[in-house]
Amino acid sequence: MSHLYSPFVTPSSSTNRMMLNVVIALIPGTLAYAWYFGPGVLVNVVFASALALALEAAVLLLRQRPLKPYLGDFSALVTAWLFALSIPMHSPWWLIATGIGFAMIAGKHLYGGLGFNPFNPAMIGFVVVLIAFPKEMTTWFAPAELTGQTLGLADSLRYLFGLGDNAQWDALTSATPLDHYRTSLGMDLTISEIRQSPLFGDFGGVGWEWIANWWFIGGVFLLLTGTIRWHIPVAMIGSLLAIATLFWLIDPDGTASPTFHLFSGGMMLGAFFIATDPVTAATTPRGRLVYGALIGLLVYIIRSWGSFPDGVAFAVLLANMATPLIDYYTQPRVYGELPEEED
Amino acid sequence: MSENTVIIENGLWKNNVALVQLLGLCPLLAVTNSAINGLGLGLATLATLVLSNTLVSLVRNLVRQEVRLPVFVLIIACIVTTIELVMQAWFYELYLVLGIFIPLIVTNCSIVGRAEAFASRNPVGPAALDGFMMGLGFLLVLLVLGSLREAIGAGTLFAQAELLFGPAAEGWKLTLFNDYGGFLIAVLPPGAFFGLALLIAGKNLIEERFAGTARALAAAPAH
Repeated sequence: MSHLYSPFVTPSSSTNRMMLNVVIALIPGTLAYAWYFGPGVLVNVVFASALALALEAAVLLLRQRPLKPYLGDFSALVTAWLFALSIPMHSPWWLIATGIGFAMIAGKHLYGGLGFNPFNPAMIGFVVVLIAFPKEMTTWFAPAELTGQTLGLADSLRYLFGLGDNAQWDALTSATPLDHYRTSLGMDLTISEIRQSPLFGDFGGVGWEWIANWWFIGGVFLLLTGTIRWHIPVAMIGSLLAIATLFWLIDPDGTASPTFHLFSGGMMLGAFFIATDPVTAATTPRGRLVYGALIGLLVYIIRSWGSFPDGVAFAVLLANMATPLIDYYTQPRVYGELPEEED
Repeated sequence: MSENTVIIENGLWKNNVALVQLLGLCPLLAVTNSAINGLGLGLATLATLVLSNTLVSLVRNLVRQEVRLPVFVLIIACIVTTIELVMQAWFYELYLVLGIFIPLIVTNCSIVGRAEAFASRNPVGPAALDGFMMGLGFLLVLLVLGSLREAIGAGTLFAQAELLFGPAAEGWKLTLFNDYGGFLIAVLPPGAFFGLALLIAGKNLIEERFAGTARALAAAPAH
């Protein structure tokens, strides 16, 4: 007869169930992305995922680890998917290969694999390509609503392998809403003037704001299934809205509105899918609130006064760095433990 | 093994300033964004090490134990100031590129480290050789790291060689890959950390291989 150990109520979740939930929650937003911007994003996702799984298998073989449990836990898939959603569409294959290579090898396996990595691997890969290839990483495509056309599947594949004709890009690319804000504010335009641009919708950019809604819906699914807890998204969105509202009330014509910040760039995706990574985020309840709030604050600081238009990736990596410290100072009191007496 | 062989082996490999002692990392990481920059700082550091080891060794019996460190620092500061003036006179462009890191050679721990650990306890000949070999070991790491970062980051080698070797060297620049878009992160500070880490890992790997071979040889039955 086998011995019984506590806890007697075991959770039904496991790593691969959690990761599978994340993948499921990403599907509606990804489909919306393809709907507004063309199927290039699907090409990104499929290529990045295949590459990530191949690399994961190769590194596992090198490290002499069993393939099946690690490849089957979907974590490589989530990393690849988040990376592919962060980079511009129609990125060349070598850019994706560099990012995924850094994410999987330097970001994850050099530290000892899933569970030991102090930084979010997808964001490591993204930041590396963002810094290394500034030209490719600032070529964004406009939503179909503005250009009236998007590149089809065949064209997207051609661009992936560098066979496309870049001459037609001028008609299809545009600044992202955050980019546009940044340059226009630099030219001393007022917010109401900036918002005349056809790039802007009700809250954020045309197309982008609706994708952000779908990320939100995916995030609600994650909350309802218990895959993530509410602390990090709420703290992150709350702190961004709070500081954005403060500056917006002081100078409504010179700073972007809080809702614009919320619905732009990587904020929604970051709040529900990236910052909540169970390995790299803070783990205590109070710690999660501090961690989320820190990211929201850093996003606003980097967007407003940094040298990059969006700051979600940098903010997440900086907060990852602070995670051990946050966890140390927010340890909950064990039941029955008395508060330490001050000498 | 003679004493000199030991000194040479220590400087270049076994006790390499950059790869084993991990000293002088600040200039090492900061200026190695191209092969020529690395070489320039490497030469300046090499000259400083040879001169400081020689002078420290010469005065080692005149200086009381209690005040030796201030004396060493004074000597090193004099040498670095001289080198700075020499560079301003003959390599002005390179001096501008390397900037603050030339005067900062004075703070390179390896120099006062060699003065204290070796030159103050040995006669002039071995002390000068030690300075030269330690400096050469540092220079080689600077050159390799600079070449690596320049090749990966910009796809070239020995760009701006004229800063160091005069107008005759203007055509020395090698373009390794045509139409190379550049991999900017290798030239930026993160590339320095990645590059140095890879070099140290490479050195450890080679040593492990050698140790493995040596063990296998020792274990093999003698005929």
